[in-house]
Amino acid sequence: MRSKIVLAETVHITGFEGDMIEAYSARCMSDTPTGGVVVIHHMPGYDRATKEIARRFAEMGYNAICPNLHYREAPGGEPDDAAAASRAAGGVPDGRLVGDVAGARKYLLSLSNSNGKVGVIGYCSGGRQSFLAACSLEFDAAVDCYGAFIVTPPGSDSPLQVKPVIDLAPNLSCELLGLFGADDKYPSPAEVEELSKVLKENGKAHRFHSFEGAGHAFFAVDRPSYRVEAASQGWGLISDFFSEKLG
Amino acid sequence: MCTYITETVAASGSGKGPQGWFDLGGASVYFDHPVHAREDHTLNIDFINPDLGPSARVAVELSRESATELAHAILRIVSQTVDV
Repeated sequence: MRSKIVLAETVHITGFEGDMIEAYSARCMSDTPTGGVVVIHHMPGYDRATKEIARRFAEMGYNAICPNLHYREAPGGEPDDAAAASRAAGGVPDGRLVGDVAGARKYLLSLSNSNGKVGVIGYCSGGRQSFLAACSLEFDAAVDCYGAFIVTPPGSDSPLQVKPVIDLAPNLSCELLGLFGADDKYPSPAEVEELSKVLKENGKAHRFHSFEGAGHAFFAVDRPSYRVEAASQGWGLISDFFSEKLG
Repeated sequence: MCTYITETVAASGSGKGPQGWFDLGGASVYFDHPVHAREDHTLNIDFINPDLGPSARVAVELSRESATELAHAILRIVSQTVDV
């Protein structure tokens, strides 16, 4: 049985183009080899709720790390100020995201109790970024929690640098678990269906679940969108998936 | 949803942030998750000055109804004071 002692702390890792960025590390303090999980935060930022998710993975027995994707816009700043600055500057560029996630992955693999396997999970905008990362880097498992704009672009009036990434599907490096709300509009059930279709066409393993009675952000315990049944079942599916893929 | 529905506008004037008054450099207007308001989504406005750093920000998160009321009030008042 893995140790339930968890060490959570702020660290600095090497991200895109050698930049040092802040990250939240939550590690399972056990000598038993274990897998790692890169947690990608949602667009509102590197916040308390996302850090709680990282700690939950550590409690489950994994090493987890959440890179602060808005760090460059506000080193040492409040997460909400950083998210606002990042949004005003056009959002997180895809290339920078991949570089930062690569640094987070490398950090997990460098840990003395790493078993050499790493997964990635992201929520909301992070869901799209989880797919992007898994199509750009070698992972053993990827989870997309209601990520929009993988298949369809956002409105043309948006100043944000977000474009569909479905053309990367042939490069998906691992199986993808997708968790969606049937009542969500971003992504809509049609977008989820299209993503599944393209993955099938490319021979990419995936397992998608759409929860009835749930919309966007049903995992978010501090928001009215929280749906306890969908969230509980979703956590169960994530636990089973990572257990199978990450050991 | 992370809607990405954002408009950025030039804004001249002043705002009062955590460090006191500062000159505004612009404003971001978007409909997305709030940080503090107990709503799924809110109309958010950040009055900012990027030259002064990310904490030079006055933020509000408004329900859709309040945002609409506010917008109408602003337009009513501006239209009445065009010659002032």
